[in-house]
Amino acid sequence: MKTSLGTIRSGLGTDTSSLIALLIVVVLGFSIASPQFMTAANLGSMGFQMPLLGLLTLAMLAPIISGGFNLAVTYTANMSGLTLAWVLLQFGGKDAGVGALVLGCLAAIAVGMLAGAIIGFVVAYVGAHPILVSLAMMIFLRGLGEFLTRGGDISGVPDYMRVLGHETLIGIPVPLLLFGAVAIVWHILLRRTQHGFSVTMTGSNQMAAEYSGLHTKRTLVLLYTLSGLLCAIAGILMLARFNSVRVGHGEALLLVTVLACFLGGVDPFGGYGRVVPVVVSLVILQILSSGLNLIGANQHMATAVWGLFLIAVMVLRSEQVKMVLGFFKKS
Amino acid sequence: MTDANTERFALRLKGISKTFGGLQALDDVDFEVRAGEVHCLAGENGSGKSTLIKIITGVYQPQKAELFELFGEAVRSISPTGARNRGVSVIWQDLALFSHMSVRENICFDDMVGLTPKGVHYGEMDRKARAVLERLGVPLELDIPLEALSIARRQIVAIARALMNDARLIFMDEPTASLSRSETDHLLDIVRKLSADGVAVVFVSHRLAEVLEIASRVTVLRDGRLVGVYDCADMTQVRLGELMTGQLIENKVVARDRVDAPKVMEVRGLSRAGEFENVSFDLHAGEVLGLIGLIGAGRTELAHVLMGMRAPTAGDMRVEGRPFRPSSIRDAIRQGLAYVSEDRLSLGLLQKQPIEDNTVISVLHKLLTRLPLLSMRKRDALVRSWVDKLGVKIGRPSDLISTLSGGNQQKIVLAKWLATEPKLLILDSPTVGVDIGARAGIFRIVRSLADSGLAILLISDEATEVMFNSDRILHMAEGQIVAEYDPRKMTVPELEERVYA
Repeated sequence: MKTSLGTIRSGLGTDTSSLIALLIVVVLGFSIASPQFMTAANLGSMGFQMPLLGLLTLAMLAPIISGGFNLAVTYTANMSGLTLAWVLLQFGGKDAGVGALVLGCLAAIAVGMLAGAIIGFVVAYVGAHPILVSLAMMIFLRGLGEFLTRGGDISGVPDYMRVLGHETLIGIPVPLLLFGAVAIVWHILLRRTQHGFSVTMTGSNQMAAEYSGLHTKRTLVLLYTLSGLLCAIAGILMLARFNSVRVGHGEALLLVTVLACFLGGVDPFGGYGRVVPVVVSLVILQILSSGLNLIGANQHMATAVWGLFLIAVMVLRSEQVKMVLGFFKKS
Repeated sequence: MTDANTERFALRLKGISKTFGGLQALDDVDFEVRAGEVHCLAGENGSGKSTLIKIITGVYQPQKAELFELFGEAVRSISPTGARNRGVSVIWQDLALFSHMSVRENICFDDMVGLTPKGVHYGEMDRKARAVLERLGVPLELDIPLEALSIARRQIVAIARALMNDARLIFMDEPTASLSRSETDHLLDIVRKLSADGVAVVFVSHRLAEVLEIASRVTVLRDGRLVGVYDCADMTQVRLGELMTGQLIENKVVARDRVDAPKVMEVRGLSRAGEFENVSFDLHAGEVLGLIGLIGAGRTELAHVLMGMRAPTAGDMRVEGRPFRPSSIRDAIRQGLAYVSEDRLSLGLLQKQPIEDNTVISVLHKLLTRLPLLSMRKRDALVRSWVDKLGVKIGRPSDLISTLSGGNQQKIVLAKWLATEPKLLILDSPTVGVDIGARAGIFRIVRSLADSGLAILLISDEATEVMFNSDRILHMAEGQIVAEYDPRKMTVPELEERVYA
């Protein structure tokens, strides 16, 4: 019993309890401020909105734990979505069959993984900084995408794709189920596999990890490839939600994914990060945004509040504040 | 003011006590340094040396101080800036210099900073920096960035910076830890020069031999208490080690003949251009083969080739009779080699990670369940068994590795490699930054590993270490094996003479 509790605790990470406290505060706050907050309609709409950001955040998480970044997450997702839309168009757009969808998804995933693998390969074997490499990939994908689409929308997807983007299953939005499943797999991958262990160790000190016999270069290639895979899933979801693809969709989410990771206690210098607190942070950010919307605040206000919120969390986590709080606790 | 007929003191402390939380870091400690004296402050990690220095330099305030005098003046309370203005400087082991800035800027650093902007006179800086380097007798180019200098040269810069502040009492924390023998000699010369100029120097060092060589008196601390103050002239290394640890550290030759045991490794004519040449040796099961040589002799480079980190340019290696040509570290590990790096802090361990993950990092495949997921239960069991076997003192396995003392960290490094069940263990300077007491513990482990049949290559530049722990000794100099010695037919001074001469 004691060990299983310990396992749960280590899975949650040290920052989770404070995040859950924050979560309770914002939930209570908005419940009091707005009677619509706790309604099925609002919770449902949050459940449809969050998964896209969530998937992209998880795609950002592993590179950050490894001491890097993947700035190409949104455009990789766009490019994967574009691939799927293109395949569907070849098979008749709105009339495309399920076979075409499967083929298109596989192609989309291949494109996403390829983009990630290229980043990983250059980071690992050329030794260039991940920020530069992924920035280059981001700009390349944006330019390529705009060239291929001439800056316009690609639309026309079969009706059954609505299921993925707009339906619920046993009362839970399908995108949320998808995100939940991915998050669980991601948690296990990062915490309980040799690959996840190597990612953390590589992020902590690549030379020492290499000296210990870990294949750090292969680890980097694999983790960026898997990051690309998650981007592809996000791209497919984006197409299902918006019924169209446009290069630049979701561009604003890029920095929010970084925000969510840091809010979730991920070490910006690599070597530490957990899925669970990051997911809790995502929920908090979504509640802040939806809640402010409900009480009539401007959409832009929500963004400003996110920024302030992150600063507040950083201050609360600083050693000095912890010391002061500890002092009050004692006396 | 002190009486005219008493000696002049740079520093007098009496009855200093300091606690952190519930921990008594210093308990009623007295400490005196005469003006112009070279004094040694000796003690193991955690004995209170650093705390004492931090009190003298105003980083910490003591809870109790019966007497605190600097250069004959009573000190009521002191801040780090105040200490510097009174002529007290500390050169910490990490030197606290700025690697991207030039030598000139580093030496004149304190002239250049301040809250009020005042002009920076490069000509004036040049003149002052030159003067101080001249005083030390070390001409250095002022324009080159600090990072282009060797550690030894950087230390000179740190000393110059202290002298710029008119330091009359300089603390040096482990100044020789990463210096070669000739660099150490050079540093000791400079320290003598400073002392002759009336600058008191307090050495904080693990290396007992050089402590006794340079200092006139030694103050020994243990567990936050003063053990005593002794004249170095009547002190021996063994006696000093005993005072520091509270236990008698036996140094005796334990060499045995192992040449009849099966060969674990055979190396023939191994070379790597520019690093070492024509190295040949055999290493038998259960044998501890000492490899002594100065820094730069090619010892570590040889170890790197054995471990597959770099390819040799000529020569053959065999492990248990089979040709051995590792393509990577992983390959070498698979074939039964293990390598304890000389750089524990940045290569041996992952300082930001917990003890448990550092222990299992090289044997992840042993923790897999059928799924293949890592089993935390198997990890915990493995960590517990090694911690018990090697007697590592830890809090919880999930604590960060950086919370452990140097000796216990090194035991975790050993555990990590022993978990791979190696046939050959390469120890590269395994006791850097490890207390004397803990060193004995590590070598007890090494000896029992050898007894159980493990072949061990012990690389070191300390004659005593190699002498009292090896079965045979190879001497490496300038990239070649120049001699083989039998520790039973040799004395430490003879070995030192040959290696350091």
